[in-house]
Amino acid sequence: MTRSSTRVPPILLLFVLVPLAVEGFWVFWPALQGFWLALTNWDGVSPPRFVGLDNYARMIDDPVFHTAVTNTAIWLVLFGGLSAVSGLGMAVLLQKERRGVGVYRAALFVPVVFSLVATSLIWQVLYQPGGIFDSSPLADPDTALYAVLVPALWRQVGYVMVLYLAGLKGIDPGLYEAATLDGATGWQKFRHITWPQLGSVNSVVLSVIVIDSLRSFDVVWSMTRGGPYHSSELLSTYMYSTAFQSLKLGYASALAVVIFVLAFGVIVTYLVRAFREN
Amino acid sequence: MSNRVFHAVAGTISVLWLLPIVAVLVTAVRSFDDIAANGLASFPQSFTFAGFADAWTNGGAGAMWNSVVVTVPTVFLSLALASAAAYALSRFAIPGRRSIILLMLAGNLLPPQILLVPVSKLTELLGIYDTLFALVVVQVGFGLGFYTFVLQGFMRAMPNEVQEAATIDGAGPVQILWRIVLPMTRPALAALAALAFTWIFNDLLWAITVLRSSSVMPVTPALLALQGQYVSNWNVIAAGSVIAAIPTVAVFLRFQRHFISGLAVGAVK
Repeated sequence: MTRSSTRVPPILLLFVLVPLAVEGFWVFWPALQGFWLALTNWDGVSPPRFVGLDNYARMIDDPVFHTAVTNTAIWLVLFGGLSAVSGLGMAVLLQKERRGVGVYRAALFVPVVFSLVATSLIWQVLYQPGGIFDSSPLADPDTALYAVLVPALWRQVGYVMVLYLAGLKGIDPGLYEAATLDGATGWQKFRHITWPQLGSVNSVVLSVIVIDSLRSFDVVWSMTRGGPYHSSELLSTYMYSTAFQSLKLGYASALAVVIFVLAFGVIVTYLVRAFREN
Repeated sequence: MSNRVFHAVAGTISVLWLLPIVAVLVTAVRSFDDIAANGLASFPQSFTFAGFADAWTNGGAGAMWNSVVVTVPTVFLSLALASAAAYALSRFAIPGRRSIILLMLAGNLLPPQILLVPVSKLTELLGIYDTLFALVVVQVGFGLGFYTFVLQGFMRAMPNEVQEAATIDGAGPVQILWRIVLPMTRPALAALAALAFTWIFNDLLWAITVLRSSSVMPVTPALLALQGQYVSNWNVIAAGSVIAAIPTVAVFLRFQRHFISGLAVGAVK
């Protein structure tokens, strides 16, 4: 592609530098500080004290950290896996344009526009003792994590469905017609046409899911604050309460670095794809 | 799949999906006494907007105003800055343009947790902690990379001829952006505006990171406070969630097509 102008007018440098400076000041600079703070002990008042890798060593003996890691892994598998499978299933079911399909799509999509806090309140009303349940599943350490997961899924499925619907639209209908002529069953069409053609959407959904899972915070925070007894704690909620309630800013920063490391692979994959298409 | 089977399956799922919303709407218009006496699961014996009135007068109205004060400037500033950057990066030979675009996108993909402590301290240092201004600038900074990335992809796809013709006619780069490129980018801008509106309006994490006083809290964090204040007043809590959902549902219904295409564009890049 040829550029329409080889000499760049100075004002355009400003067009780039101002947004870059804003992002640099509020994102890149704080991010670097975050990595540095992870190597310190800091209460937010007296100056941070450098402790090297002590914060990371502390995680090894921190039972709450272990719970948070396990729960984050469960969250990744269940929240990610179930929303991907249900989202794809609903997209395939609602893929063909026919009467009433718009209404069904809208019904699944409506929760996507709710905030996670509103979503969690809606489900807290449903979970109240004396309703469907005798006692709230949020109050029981054995069920709290899953009771939080259901509302999160309820909101995510419609989103993943939209991503897959966009992907399905790109498949040449001729392929299905040819398969029908050859006498292919519904499952064969899915297995040999739909699935292979969704390759790039699948990788996008995978990145979205991993990034969203690691970022999940609102729904847990508003329903349980990670409790009872840390039973629904995720790394994100543990990081937040460590920072802003226990005021252990150094340890909290180290927890944030752990989240970053877990997300790193996906971020890089995402950027590589963006780079190739750019 | 036959039509009848399809509608039976899709219809059942849709009804199940909407059931929680119906339950909350019903709870919101019941009276406290009715719920207290008969239980949440009982058939409603009352119809009143008292829950809405309580939620609205006890912080709801102020929170809604705070949300407007945060959301409107944030959406506007984000898209203005992102459009300028995207225009320069997509239509001109800026040195290192590919690296700049990816760097900006990378910033948006960072888990916000790594930024929380430093950003909160930074706003304290600047004396803007606990102000809506802080929330606006933080969210503009964090969102910019994504908006710039989507817009530059869109602007790159535009034919060169229009810009060349305008250049020959003596139009400067700013005029070309304002008169030609931005109008042609309208669909992408509308999609991003609808998306950004929901994200910013629904935000909890940034708000509770840079704000403390209940008087400055926008709707989403205020809803959490309402829950603490009205423990087991389920009609008020339900009414509060309904109020909090109205603006984003309205934007979604009004800009449905843009909204959906925005989500798809956002992910399927």
